[in-house]
Amino acid sequence: MNGYSVLILILTILGAAFMLLAGWGLLRMPDLLLRLSAVGKASTLGTGLLLLAAAVYFQDLGIATRALATVAFVFLTTPVAAHRIARAAYFAGVPLWAGTVRDELAGRYDPYTHCLEGVCEADWLDFPADGE
Amino acid sequence: MSLTTGLYGIVLPILAAGVAFAFGRLVRGPSLPDRVIALDMMSTLGIGIIAVYAVATNQPVLIDVASVLALVSFLGTIAFAEYVERRS
Repeated sequence: MNGYSVLILILTILGAAFMLLAGWGLLRMPDLLLRLSAVGKASTLGTGLLLLAAAVYFQDLGIATRALATVAFVFLTTPVAAHRIARAAYFAGVPLWAGTVRDELAGRYDPYTHCLEGVCEADWLDFPADGE
Repeated sequence: MSLTTGLYGIVLPILAAGVAFAFGRLVRGPSLPDRVIALDMMSTLGIGIIAVYAVATNQPVLIDVASVLALVSFLGTIAFAEYVERRS
């Protein structure tokens, strides 16, 4: 076993451990938003480490570029997807954990138009037309 | 212990346990968004499993499969979120 194999094994075991941590958080966290927080961060890091290990193993510029482009894509899209799901779940009225200290958004969203109070997307769009 | 035995013996079982956990949430999940994030987690685990399998079998083509799976799973998650938001 040479140094490269040891490095790849360390990278893959670390990545798999982060993935396992994400799965455990998904199963054990008490609340949808806490589950989303656990999954979003840990699984992003785990995927990054596993694809980095593949990039190190093949030692080819084209393959390493594709693997790192996939890592960049996952790093960019996972927070966006998590935000969309959290927003949809908040509108759907998913119950929060009983130990939640504060919900700053409570009562501030229009339940029909899904706009924040005072700052609606439609108002914001035609604001320059009726201003001054 | 060679690299291949390490991957087949340690890394892939850990990832399979992660899939089992995500599947437990998919079965149990009290609400629809819980199931959506469980499916998202399973496809993310699929990306990792495909990357490890590419290394274990020495098949660099599988990296392309992983990147396509990343694209499709992002689109699917966004579509599910749209659907949940419209339904409410």
